Amino acid sequence: MLDGTNPFVRFRNVQKSYDGETLVVKNLNLDIEAGEFVTMLGPSGSGKTTCLMMLAGFETATHGEIELGGKPINNIPPHKRGIGMVFQNYALFPHMTVSENLAFPLKVRGMSAGDVQEKVKRALDMVQMRAFGDRKPAQLSGGQQQRIALARALVFEPELVLMDEPLGALDKQLREHMQYEIKHIHENLGVTVVYVTHDQSEALTMSNRIAVFDDGVIQQLDDPVTLYEKPENSFVAQFIGENNTLTGTVEALSKNVATVKLEAGDTVKALAVNTDGKGGRTSLSIRPERCVVSPKKVAGLSMLKGRIEELIYLGDHIRCRMNVAGNDEFIVKVPNTADQLGLEIGTETHVGWQTDDCRALDFKQV
Amino acid sequence: MSERAQPLLAADGTPLKRSIERSLRRQKIEAFLLVAPLLAFVLVTFVAPIADMLFRSVENQIVAQTLPATTDALKEWNPDVSALPDEAVFAALAVDMKAAVKSKTHTRLGSRLNYEKTGVASLFRKSGRRIKKWDLAGDAPFKDKFLDLDKKWGDPQLWQLLKLYSPVYTSGYFLNAVDLKKTPDGVEPRAESEQIYILLFQRTLFMSLAITLMCLLLGYPIAFLLSHLPMRTSNLLMILVLLPFWTSLLVRTSAWKVLLQQEGVINDVLVTIGLLGDSDRLQLINNQTGTIVAMTHILLPFMILPLYSVMRTIPPSYVRAAKSLGANDVTAFAKVYFPQSVPGIGAGSILVFILAIGYYITPELVGGTTGTFISNRIAYHISSSLNWGLAAALGSILLIAVLVLYYAYDRIVGIDNVKLG
Ligand SMILES: Nc1ncnc2c1ncn2[C@@H]1O[C@H](COP(=O)(O)OP(=O)(O)OP(=O)(O)O)[C@@H](O)[C@H]1O
Ligand SMILES: [Mg+2]
Repeated sequence: MLDGTNPFVRFRNVQKSYDGETLVVKNLNLDIEAGEFVTMLGPSGSGKTTCLMMLAGFETATHGEIELGGKPINNIPPHKRGIGMVFQNYALFPHMTVSENLAFPLKVRGMSAGDVQEKVKRALDMVQMRAFGDRKPAQLSGGQQQRIALARALVFEPELVLMDEPLGALDKQLREHMQYEIKHIHENLGVTVVYVTHDQSEALTMSNRIAVFDDGVIQQLDDPVTLYEKPENSFVAQFIGENNTLTGTVEALSKNVATVKLEAGDTVKALAVNTDGKGGRTSLSIRPERCVVSPKKVAGLSMLKGRIEELIYLGDHIRCRMNVAGNDEFIVKVPNTADQLGLEIGTETHVGWQTDDCRALDFKQV
Repeated sequence: MSERAQPLLAADGTPLKRSIERSLRRQKIEAFLLVAPLLAFVLVTFVAPIADMLFRSVENQIVAQTLPATTDALKEWNPDVSALPDEAVFAALAVDMKAAVKSKTHTRLGSRLNYEKTGVASLFRKSGRRIKKWDLAGDAPFKDKFLDLDKKWGDPQLWQLLKLYSPVYTSGYFLNAVDLKKTPDGVEPRAESEQIYILLFQRTLFMSLAITLMCLLLGYPIAFLLSHLPMRTSNLLMILVLLPFWTSLLVRTSAWKVLLQQEGVINDVLVTIGLLGDSDRLQLINNQTGTIVAMTHILLPFMILPLYSVMRTIPPSYVRAAKSLGANDVTAFAKVYFPQSVPGIGAGSILVFILAIGYYITPELVGGTTGTFISNRIAYHISSSLNWGLAAALGSILLIAVLVLYYAYDRIVGIDNVKLG
C-alpha cells in the first residue's frame, strides 16, 4: 500500500509518557494512507486513546513526530488541524439542539447562514435523522446520539475522522447495525478514518487495516484476514479470535518447519514463524476451526491424543472442549454434519491439524 | 374482553389497586416518621418565629387593651365636628388610666405611642403619677382636670393619634418601614430628614448585588482552576478556600479592620512606597468600601463551592469536542463551557446574594454609617429602641423582597438551572 509518496498520516518514533516514569506509548511508527480505515485494537490501557489524542492535538508527544498530509503537526493547535472526532460519550453539547450541534463547526468557520442550513440538512439526511433536528441531545436514544455525533464529526468535511470507541455504549444489535453504517459512510465519503476499539469483531468487520496494540507497542499491523490467519506473535494470536495454545521447546528447525517437543512429551511439527531458534521455548497457536477430531489417525495431519471433556451444541457447530497434551482448555469446533462421529464426554480420541495451521510463535506462558 | 374489565386481584384476592395503596401508605408513614423530628424542630425554631414576626408587624392590640373604654368612646368622636372629644371620652380615659396605672401598663403604651409622636411617653408617665390619686366617683368632670394636668391633653393631634391607633391591627409599622406615615388625612410621606428606610433598602440591595458580582468575578477563575487540576491537588487547594471557615467571623472581620483602617497596613504600605501622601490616606473602612471588601472575602467560599462542584461534572470532552470542531479557546469557552457552568453561577449567586442581603455582623463592624445594611437597623430596633413592630415590618419586607427576587430569578434563569453539584 505504501508507494513512494508521503502517507496521509504518519507517526514517526512517537513516545508518550504522562508521569515521566513509564512510557504509555513506546516508539510508535504508523503510516496511514488517505481514504483508509485503520483501527487501533488492544486491551484496556494499551495506549490507544493516547495515540488518538496525540493525533487530535489534545496530548503532546513526548518524543517523535506526527505528520498529517506530509506536514508535521506537533505545533498546530487542535482547532486548526481540521480533524473530525467522535468521542466515546459522544460529547454532544447538551445545551444546544441537534441542529445547533451540527451547525457549530460550520459557524465557527464563518460559513453563511444559508450554507450552514443546507449542510446541516444534508448531514442529518446522511444519518437518517432529519426529523430530530429540533431535539436536545438528552431527548435522543443512545443510538440516535451516536448518529448525531457521527454527523457532527463529518459535517465540516474533514479529511480525517477519529473515533474513540464510538459504539462502546450501545447494545450488541445496534452496535452491529452502526458498524455497517459507519463502514458505508466511510466508503461513500472516502474520508480517512482512525478508529479505536477493544472489540475485535468490530475491528475485523470495519477496517482496511488493524493495528493491534499492547503495552504501548503495535504488535502487528495488517489487514483483517492476514491478522487472523497469520498472527505474528502469541499476543495477536490470542487476542484476535479464538486460539489454542500448546507450549514446548524447538528441537529441530528446517527451513520454515519447526519440530517441537511439547511439555507433555509428544512431538509435533509446526510452521516456524517467530521462534528463538533451536532449543528455544515456543507457544504453538492452532485455531479451533482448523482442528479435526477423529478416533483414528488421519494421514497427512499432525495428530495428538485427547479426551473429550465437554460438548456444547451450538447449532451450526459443536464446541468440543478437550484435554490435549496437558491443556484441558483445548477447543475444537466440529462442524454439524450428518455423521456425528459419536462424540461423547470422556471418550479418548485423537485431534489433528495441518502443519501450516500450527504456528510456532514466541513463548508466552498461558 | 370481559376478563380485561375485571379489576386485577393480588394474590390474596384483594384488588391490586387497594393493596398497592396500602403498601404505599405504609411507606409514606415511614417517611413521615423519619422526618418528624426535624420537622418539629423547624416548626418550633424557624416557622413559628417567622410567623410571630409577620404577626408583630401588624399587631397593635396595646392601645385597645390598655384603654378599652377610651377607644370605645372615641368611635363616636368626629374630629371634623369638634376639635376635642367630649367629656364622655375623658371620663373613660380616667377610668382606663387608673386601671392601667395600677397594672403599670400605661408607660408601655406611652412608649408605643411615642414611636408615632414624640413626647407622648413622658406625658403618660407624668399623668400616671397624678391620676393615681384621682377619685373616679368624685372628681368628675374630667375634661378640665386633664387639661389642667397637662395642656398636651388639649392637643387635637394627640387624640387623632389615639383614634388612629385604636384598631387592633395597623399598617402603621409597614408605612413607617417605607418612610410613610399615617395621618388622619391618609398616608403621607415622612419629612425628608426622617426618611431613612427606603435608602437603606436600596443600599442593601445594591451592595448585596455588588458583593455577589465581586464574588463571581473572583470565584469563577478559582473554581475553574480547581476543577481542572488533578483531584489530589484540587482537594489540597480546596482546604485553602475553606480555611476562612476555621476562624471566627469576628476575627476575620477584625483582621480587615487592621488592614483597612487609615493607620492600617494597606494605607501604611501605600504611604511608605510613596503612592500616597501621609495626609491623604484612603478611607477604606467604615464606609461601603469596607463592607464590600470584607463581605466579599467572607462570602467567597459560598460562590466557589457550587461553581466548583458544577464545573467538576462538566466532562473535558465537551471542550475537546468544540476544539476538534474548529473552535478556538475563546469560542470553545464562551459557547460550550460557560453555558454549562451557568447552573453553578446561579447557585452561587443566589447563595451569596441571600446571605449578603441579611448580613449583620460585618456591616456593623466595618460599615460605619454609610456601609450598614437594613439588618443593622432591624437589630437596632430589636435591641435598642425596642420598637419590635417596626423591626418586624422591616424584616417582613426583607423577606418578601428575597422571595420576589427568588421568583423573578426562577422566571428568568429557571430554578432547575441551579445545581449545587
Ligand atoms: N491523563 C493521563 N494522565 C496519566 N496517565 C494517563 C492519562 N491518560 C491515560 N493514562 C494512562 O495511560 C495508559 C494508556 O491509556 P489510554 O487511555 O491510552 O488507554 P486505552 O488503550 O485507550 O484504554 P481503554 O481501552 O481502556 O480506553 C493507561 O495506563 C492510563 O492509566
Ligand atoms: Mg481509551
